[in-house]
Amino acid sequence: MQIDDTDRRILRHWLAEPGLERAALADRAGVTPATLWRRLDKLRGAGVIRAETAAINWRALGYEVEVSLRFTLDKTNPRAFDEFIAAARGVPEVIGIETFLGRVDVRLNVLARDMGHWTGIYRDRILTLPHIAEVEALMLVATIKDSAGLPL
Amino acid sequence: MSAGVLDLDDVDRAILRALAVDGTLSAGEVGRRLCLSQPAAWRRIRRLEEAGVLAGLQVDVDRAALGFGVTVFLGVKLATKGRVSLEDFERAATAIPEVQVVQHVLGLFDYRLRVVARDLADFERVLRRRIMTLPGVGNVEANVLLTEERRPGPLG
Repeated sequence: MQIDDTDRRILRHWLAEPGLERAALADRAGVTPATLWRRLDKLRGAGVIRAETAAINWRALGYEVEVSLRFTLDKTNPRAFDEFIAAARGVPEVIGIETFLGRVDVRLNVLARDMGHWTGIYRDRILTLPHIAEVEALMLVATIKDSAGLPL
Repeated sequence: MSAGVLDLDDVDRAILRALAVDGTLSAGEVGRRLCLSQPAAWRRIRRLEEAGVLAGLQVDVDRAALGFGVTVFLGVKLATKGRVSLEDFERAATAIPEVQVVQHVLGLFDYRLRVVARDLADFERVLRRRIMTLPGVGNVEANVLLTEERRPGPLG
């Protein structure tokens, strides 16, 4: 699909502030509401906009601890990635799975209610995942910026 | 559970699961899926919003289709520490348009940054001109994102 400057302008403003009402977004992007509606429809149809999802604030649900776990896997086993990821999907506290090219192979984003809960998850559910060669934990202190914005 | 934390029942969890897939669903549509009346669904959604559990919408786009083919996670270690240097680093890092996420972490690194770029050459430009010049920046480790998957989390 051909993406023109109007599409880019709409997406730039929308990604920077996804909560904007449609009328305000049209205003900022300098298009009429009808044009905005048509463009968003087209971008959705082409799969450029994949989804609009609700952001869940886990802290408000009592999950005070968030840990980024960085794994290197035992790559002598060709099934290591698939089996590790399949097992990680079975851990309910895992909210994100990412794979990488670099020193880190896989990263898991894991929630826990408190440090006691975390210790339990780490020992019983994480360290028992298959094919781990190395694991490092980064404990989240604060999120300073979290945006899907693109410099379009 | 501590005070102030919302107690969820199975219906609330089902509502959160539905909205985490499609945040544009109306109360009526949520209700129809879960065999609730529209007002009952609306009241529950409203309660989740007021408690701050539902924290707005996020848009998921195909970054590659928009010309941003590369996403890199950086682990950044500061060379100098202290409150002022943290604030300086954070202010400068959040101002970089290619930096989507800045997280202060505890562990091997001090910060995690998520950076988008058009391609690897563009990433190198961002790294050299913007990241390596950040105030207080020390060691930087880069990992190129291959795949990402969001999971529903503990809502089962």
